[in-house]
Amino acid sequence: MKHTDILGMALFALRGNWLRSILTALGVIIGIAAVIVMVSVGQGTQAELDRIMASLGSNRLEVFPGGGRGGGVRMAAGSLPSLTTGDMEAIRDEIPEVQYVAANVRGGGQVVFAERNWSTSWQGVSEDFMTVNDWRLDEGEGFTPRDYGTAGKSVVLGATVRRELFGEGEAVGATVRIAQVPMTVVGVLAAKGQTGWGGDADDVVMVPLDTARRRLLGAGNPAAAAAAATAARPAALMPTDRVNQITVTVARAEDLEFVQEEITTLLRQRHRIQPGAEDDFSVRNLSQMVATRTQTTRLMSLLLGAVASISLLVGGIGIMNIMLVSVTERIREIGLRMAVGGGPSSVRRQFLAEAMIISLGGGAIGIAIGIAGALATARFTDLPVVLDHNVILMATAFSVATGLFFGYYPARKASRLDPIEALRM
Amino acid sequence: MDAGGPRPEAPVPVIQVEHLGKVYNPGTPGEVRALSDVSFRIDGGEFVAIMGPSGSGKSTLMNLIGCLDTPSEGRYLCDGVDVATLDAEQRARLRLAKIGFVFQGFHLLPRMSALENVMLPLVYAGVPRAQREPIARQALADVGLADRAGHRPTELSGGQQQRVAIARALINAPPVLLADEPTGALDSRTGEEILALFERLRDAGHTVVLITHEAGVAAHADRTLTIRDGRLVEGGAEVQP
Ligand SMILES: Nc1ncnc2c1ncn2[C@@H]1O[C@H](COP(=O)(O)OP(=O)(O)OP(=O)(O)O)[C@@H](O)[C@H]1O
Ligand SMILES: [Mg+2]
Repeated sequence: MKHTDILGMALFALRGNWLRSILTALGVIIGIAAVIVMVSVGQGTQAELDRIMASLGSNRLEVFPGGGRGGGVRMAAGSLPSLTTGDMEAIRDEIPEVQYVAANVRGGGQVVFAERNWSTSWQGVSEDFMTVNDWRLDEGEGFTPRDYGTAGKSVVLGATVRRELFGEGEAVGATVRIAQVPMTVVGVLAAKGQTGWGGDADDVVMVPLDTARRRLLGAGNPAAAAAAATAARPAALMPTDRVNQITVTVARAEDLEFVQEEITTLLRQRHRIQPGAEDDFSVRNLSQMVATRTQTTRLMSLLLGAVASISLLVGGIGIMNIMLVSVTERIREIGLRMAVGGGPSSVRRQFLAEAMIISLGGGAIGIAIGIAGALATARFTDLPVVLDHNVILMATAFSVATGLFFGYYPARKASRLDPIEALRM
Repeated sequence: MDAGGPRPEAPVPVIQVEHLGKVYNPGTPGEVRALSDVSFRIDGGEFVAIMGPSGSGKSTLMNLIGCLDTPSEGRYLCDGVDVATLDAEQRARLRLAKIGFVFQGFHLLPRMSALENVMLPLVYAGVPRAQREPIARQALADVGLADRAGHRPTELSGGQQQRVAIARALINAPPVLLADEPTGALDSRTGEEILALFERLRDAGHTVVLITHEAGVAAHADRTLTIRDGRLVEGGAEVQP
């Protein structure tokens, strides 16, 4: 018996009850479409995390003031930063595995050039900050050691700030005002684009650490700075040795966890924290955090995939159910086919073919809907979506497997009918 | 009419049954003995009628010699092959190669046209698609239904359905034709035509087994086996116990 004949007979039977065939296929359609959308979103999230991971590098530790344990990159509001320049120097001098250490303070304000002004955030950075954070200069020479040592009035602009203030014009050498303080532009940073968390990494200006402390945090108010040396300082003013963040890189990624522990021990000592008391700082291994999130995402995609698979399973059971009904309904047909020479194997193949057509047809429609759904998800939501051809292959394999698995039993049942019994029905 | 042994020009026993018995639902309260100790042989090219009253076991016997069913007792050799030794697949192949059925209840598939019904055995015989239709049209023309090829069974009269069933049974030109009351739903003129067709088949070398309870129909056959209450009462053959 030829395959084309089997196929023709199966199609003929399915056409005879086309509404039922389509409703049966619906289970598979929904299941396959769900699998594709879920897996695509899962893979998209994964790819996004991989990208963040790659941009972070795997050898960085970040030290923040405040004990905020495990809660993302957040700072305890209102508390004074507990980290100091001395902490940074101690880390550099006492932990040999450390490659670079950089500290920075942060603030925000207006940057003004001629008639234009732009509201941005500024960072006061120590010498190795650019290296540690992989910032490169597009224009200009950047800060000189003298700038760092003497709180020079020099500034490096992020690409966004440069564009907003200067457009196409020459920036290096110009004088801009930040919080009223005139500063000379000595460089423009190469653009980085989006940050891992969705913001504009280039909307920033950088000044030397001491410049920020003395001239920006003093807020153009020398009197306040002078008062700070003697009396109780205004709460808004930062003690002059405090920093918002210390960033550490290690030469070898394997040392990361060890260095993390070393830093903790060292800072606890320096901050005179009693055993049992909580840290007043936190050391974060960002790549580890991303890795944790990656695991969570994997688990989520696995769960989503499982839910989708269950709907596919239900679809398969639907096929089996309908095929069993069909065998019962068509028992006389089966008997007659056997009487005119159809052997058990040809009957089995016919019924299996019917189940396969339902599941493969449903699979094909499901793949189309799944792709459309994944594209729509990418277009109309913020969810990252990666549509991989492997997903399509997998969906095809799934629908074949569903048809075979759930079609086999009814087909076998049909093939085992006694032709005499079947004809008498 | 009485069995005169094998015909000289076709001496091969196509159907040989020995002490055949059939019990339905054995060992249950619904146990029915439909056949007991039936022995006979039919040679190739014979036209044999099986007669008997209703419920005597004629259809049961036809199912057995058509390899649709297996005997409870005794032995059945179809063209020398002991059917009991075959599995379902092999029996199906044997039916395909050797036997055409005309069932008492026609058994046409309701969703198919007369033509498609007639073509069905060709599908299983592996006849190429393009050749099937002309063969089936010819078979329908042979039974006088050329103009009804596209009709569904429900759009045909009882007699027309019966003729479609006959055309289907003949389409493979099977060596053995088993027909259960093939003229039951036909008027006498059409019935005579069908019987003449059977005689022509016999003359062409086919073996025809006709089940009927009408003596007039049985008269067309070369000989008659009479069955009553599951036992052969006339026309049987002596075989070794
Ligand atoms: N599947 C079955 N189960 C139980 N008993 C059966 C079965 N098939 C037939 N019988 C019984 O076997 C006996 C013979 O039945 P069969 O159909 O062979 O009769 P028949 O000679 O063909 O009758 P008719 O001329 O009415 O067609 C009957 O008593 C019938 O009730
Ligand atoms: Mg009968």
